[in-house]
Amino acid sequence: MRMKWTSYPYILWMIIFIVVPLALILLYSFTVGEEGGITNLRFSLDNFRRFLDPKYLDVLWISINLALKSTLITMVLGYPLAMIIAKEKPKKRNVMILLLVIPMWMNFLLRTYAWLTLLGKNGFINYIITKLGFAPLNLIYNDRAVLLGMVYNFLPFMVLPIYSVLVKIDKSLIEAAEDLGANKFEVFSKVTFPLSIPGIITGITMVFMPAVSTFVISRLLGGGQYMLIGNLVEQQYLWVGDWHFGSAISIIMMAFILVTMAITAKFDNQKEGGGGLW
Amino acid sequence: MKKNIKLFITLGLILMVGILSTACGEDKPTINVYNWGDYVDPDVIREFEEEFGVKVNYDTFATNEDMYVSIKKGGTSYDVVFPSDYMIERMIEEGLLEKLNKDNIPNLANIDERFLDLEFDPNNEYSVPYMWGTVGIVYNKNMVDDVVDSWDILWNEKYEGQILMLDSQRDSIGVALKKLGYSMNTRNLEELEEAKEELIKQKPLVYAYVGDEVKDLMVAEEAALAVVWSGEAIAIGRENDNVEFAIPKEGTNLWFDCMVIPKNAKNKELAEEFINFMNRPEIAARNTEYVGYSTANIKALEYLPDYIRNSSVAYPSDEELQNVEIFKDPKDFLSVYDEIWVEVKAQR
Repeated sequence: MRMKWTSYPYILWMIIFIVVPLALILLYSFTVGEEGGITNLRFSLDNFRRFLDPKYLDVLWISINLALKSTLITMVLGYPLAMIIAKEKPKKRNVMILLLVIPMWMNFLLRTYAWLTLLGKNGFINYIITKLGFAPLNLIYNDRAVLLGMVYNFLPFMVLPIYSVLVKIDKSLIEAAEDLGANKFEVFSKVTFPLSIPGIITGITMVFMPAVSTFVISRLLGGGQYMLIGNLVEQQYLWVGDWHFGSAISIIMMAFILVTMAITAKFDNQKEGGGGLW
Repeated sequence: MKKNIKLFITLGLILMVGILSTACGEDKPTINVYNWGDYVDPDVIREFEEEFGVKVNYDTFATNEDMYVSIKKGGTSYDVVFPSDYMIERMIEEGLLEKLNKDNIPNLANIDERFLDLEFDPNNEYSVPYMWGTVGIVYNKNMVDDVVDSWDILWNEKYEGQILMLDSQRDSIGVALKKLGYSMNTRNLEELEEAKEELIKQKPLVYAYVGDEVKDLMVAEEAALAVVWSGEAIAIGRENDNVEFAIPKEGTNLWFDCMVIPKNAKNKELAEEFINFMNRPEIAARNTEYVGYSTANIKALEYLPDYIRNSSVAYPSDEELQNVEIFKDPKDFLSVYDEIWVEVKAQR
């Protein structure tokens, strides 16, 4: 394989910003020792052993649980939406996609902050509810608020890949199915859905990855009552300064994401067709 | 061989872009200042720049811990930093701070004697106090009908879902320790374990663990009670008249934020000039009025408006300060604090 010399800057870029940091995280995760240069590090599995403590496993479990739930919800919400958009005429379709993407032009943090004022005890939603004569609801600082934040922020990542696969489906396949006597449900379950699986799988990875590692959503909408795995890494790096343990947690998280990607890729390989955004 | 030449050209180009983009700075002397967010009057910085013909790069942090990590590991170079008491103790011990040349800081004489020569930095060799304060409970009179004079009220089931705690492990564990009648600097594992149980017991009553958002939440009357640093109470009080501040009788934490110069500072003289400037009485007064915390500069008091100077929140009586403790560096107990906090947070 011969690479053009114009690709060297990219390779250099990747070495500096991807390979070296990853190698450092690996190095830190398998070592202990006070700072003072690489020479003072000793090989150790202590960081990983420490993670096996029930309190950290709980954190991992809560994170995975929330991430799975939000992935499922975005899928249930996102698939019909992608279908609706894909069925429209190109012009209308583009407008709809634009509308879906426009909120993403705004800063992610700002959009999450906006939910605080909407969901608060005296926030906008509760204002309307009380005006209608009902008792105010507890909307913020709980599981549902965190889930809502994840679903809201990551929905486009589910819709876009599914949409891009659905648009590319050859219409004649659907017509053929109809000609052969399939009803609407059968067309969907036997033709459209199987063909769209690569999109769904891309969508799942695109949502699951940020959801399992988020630390902003859980802090803002969870009122700091949630220690998710992302918060744990943040805590180790920023406040405790234990980069070894922080790196080990990152490696464990990466391993989890890799496993999920491997599983989903297995599904993906069984089907032909484009994988959306990847 | 040809390939290598091309590689050289590419590398050369990359290097040149790098050099060009860093080489076009100004000639003015600069200092890098690292302070808590929203902790200085921005006009004061501008005035310093004009008077001394220098440039100030101003950067902020949110907790002592993240400041410490970026000084120690971040490869940063700051000239003036504003850490708190226990963190100064740790930084001195680890040799991260430069000794001050007091000849360059004559305004050190303006500092209240009560705040000099404290345990974390005897003789003030490294630090000049900037602001100080306490930790207490801020509450909304319309929503709380009990007397607020004890940490116990934060465990009162009547206020379920209306209590805000600080999202800061040191402060929250400190509150639990004080409630139990222990020292905030305890090195007794059993006492810390009890404090953890106390916090877990309290968790269902807590609305949220917050940082800076506490101001917005209390002003908007989203919660009834909140643990805050005293200066926040003043800031909240300016915007909502129903809010009062109380220092619980079991005692609380007294803290100091000071100005220090890190070891790797590039412009030490200018940094000392800056510290001296910040301690001019009128400048210190303007900062105090802007941030709401209590100044350590006794000469600045005359320049302050009455409502601040006479505020019992900012300047509590000696009687109220009887039971206070100053944080000490937990040293090897840091990981204990850290694990307690993870456990409290992960509790459902």
